Amino acid sequence: MMQKTSFANESLWVKRAGILITLGFLAVFIVLPLYTIFSEAFRSGVAVYKKAVTSPEVLSSIRLTLTVALVCVPINTIFGTLLAWSIAKYSFRGKKALTTLIELPFAVSPVIAGLMFVLLFGAHGGLGRWLQSMDIKIVFALPGIILATTFVTFPFIARTLIPLMESLGNDDEEAALTLGASGLQTFFKITLSNIKWGLLYGIILTNARAIGEYGAVAVVSGLIRGETTTLPLTIGFLFDEYAFSAAFAAASLLTLLAFVTLILKSAMERRLKASD
Amino acid sequence: MIHQSAGVKKGLIAPVLKGAIGIIAGFFFATTAFAASYELLNVSYDPTRELYRAYNEAFQKHYKAQTGNEVIIKQSHGGSGGQARSVIDGLDADVVTLALAYDIDAIAEKTKKLPADWQTRLKNNSAPYTSTIVFLVRAGNPKKIKDWDDLTRSDIKVITPDPKTSGGARWNYLAAWGYGLKKFGNEDKTREFVKAIFKNVPVLDSGARGSTNTFVRRGIGDVLLAWENEAFLAIDELGKDQFEIVVPSLSILAEPTVAWVDQVTEKKKTTEVAKAYLEYLYSKEGQTIAAKNYYRPRDPDVAKSFENQFPKVSLITIDEVFGGWHAAQKKHFADGGEFDRIYQPSK
Repeated sequence: MMQKTSFANESLWVKRAGILITLGFLAVFIVLPLYTIFSEAFRSGVAVYKKAVTSPEVLSSIRLTLTVALVCVPINTIFGTLLAWSIAKYSFRGKKALTTLIELPFAVSPVIAGLMFVLLFGAHGGLGRWLQSMDIKIVFALPGIILATTFVTFPFIARTLIPLMESLGNDDEEAALTLGASGLQTFFKITLSNIKWGLLYGIILTNARAIGEYGAVAVVSGLIRGETTTLPLTIGFLFDEYAFSAAFAAASLLTLLAFVTLILKSAMERRLKASD
Repeated sequence: MIHQSAGVKKGLIAPVLKGAIGIIAGFFFATTAFAASYELLNVSYDPTRELYRAYNEAFQKHYKAQTGNEVIIKQSHGGSGGQARSVIDGLDADVVTLALAYDIDAIAEKTKKLPADWQTRLKNNSAPYTSTIVFLVRAGNPKKIKDWDDLTRSDIKVITPDPKTSGGARWNYLAAWGYGLKKFGNEDKTREFVKAIFKNVPVLDSGARGSTNTFVRRGIGDVLLAWENEAFLAIDELGKDQFEIVVPSLSILAEPTVAWVDQVTEKKKTTEVAKAYLEYLYSKEGQTIAAKNYYRPRDPDVAKSFENQFPKVSLITIDEVFGGWHAAQKKHFADGGEFDRIYQPSK
């Protein structure tokens, strides 16, 4: 009896401590910073907040950030899935090298990634000179920002899907093919349905990084205010200009964007679960 | 049959693709829809943000009143050297307003986008306002920092940006060097002196504003080597009770220079408006805006009315002490130059 109670007590104690530590950690690392952002944003009142988030500069940077995410996430979704599919389902020469190469954008610093594109597409780069003669602008304009963002977010989807696809194996697909399904049917009905959770997670990660990327974008953007400055860059500028309320107001928008992504994800999860 | 169905598909894809491209292009270029008005891109250095925000507004009004034309001015700010690099790499600046002449020289040399003699095209060596380097210290000057000598003390942490990317940092460095030369009279001792100052530098930011924030917001360091305008602004924004300015016995006359970039303005047909934009900096209104933002005006009348705002400092010039920017850049800031020998990042 004694032993059982003490065991139960200890278990309860451990449980409580565990929950307490987790909650404390969450409070310090997530809730508190979030609270700071919003309280700082509203410190000078709602009117100041409203003025800050509707300023042309902030509005244009929201538009730019969303444009970049809207282009970059689908591109990476398609190519990331394709890449994961090729690597997980087929074997070919150089597969190992390719798998390593996917990780490159994570391995190099975003600033280096940005510089790479400036060197390649800038006025003195090999491609840049030719593009300039055609009057096509890549760096210091939207295409450069999209390129750099796509580059730094490229690995998320492929890296999430490859282990998943490998663990699933080819059995389901082979069965479908044997039963007379076409290749595309097999992909959409079998493969995609098997990997949808992983894919969704990859998309969320890609989007989060795409709207938040700073270093690579700072280098390729040319920092033209209200034109090539994404929301994170604008936040940095406002902060540097002692416009703290405006900086935090813009930061709260970026945070809200992240929330919207998470809400979309939960909604989609619920729908997918319902359809299962 | 097969051919036909392929044909149908092709017929469908083309318009869809065209439509999609149209929508995307419309989204991208929506900002440049004001075809009737001019648009200028002013690529500037880090601390001029407030100055050009005020000046751009004034110039827009002036230009509209004078010509009836609209002009939109876009700004880009960063460390002066880095900004020059971006222009060299293809950032289409109509005008460059950088921290020092050498950065514009570099653009002229590497790209031929503007003539080598650009500095003679506008008054006062194309420097419509000047500034100098001062010390910003914490209120009450707790470490009793009075002059350059104090910066070598082992109990002092000095904040300054990176001379490789920042214009202000190069002026800081040259002011220290100039003081050393005057005090010791020879280069070896001067080198030791400047080396001792940089031994006290814990972090090099890439631009002047970054350094200011390191000092005022993050609370790092005992003294910030700053543009005079940057030091005044920090006090204005964050309070007289927090910081004060210390004027050293000797500093340097900093001449931030401006130029229009011919190749860009010719392509964009903005040469006239770009010239007008820079020339108006010399007008009474332009000079007053500069002075209000703590840049020292060139115009004697405006200078007189702001006389009490600026402390009296004895100033050396880059030409008399260093033989001009080219010589200074080559000797001090080029790879393997004096600065590389002096500065080792502290561990």
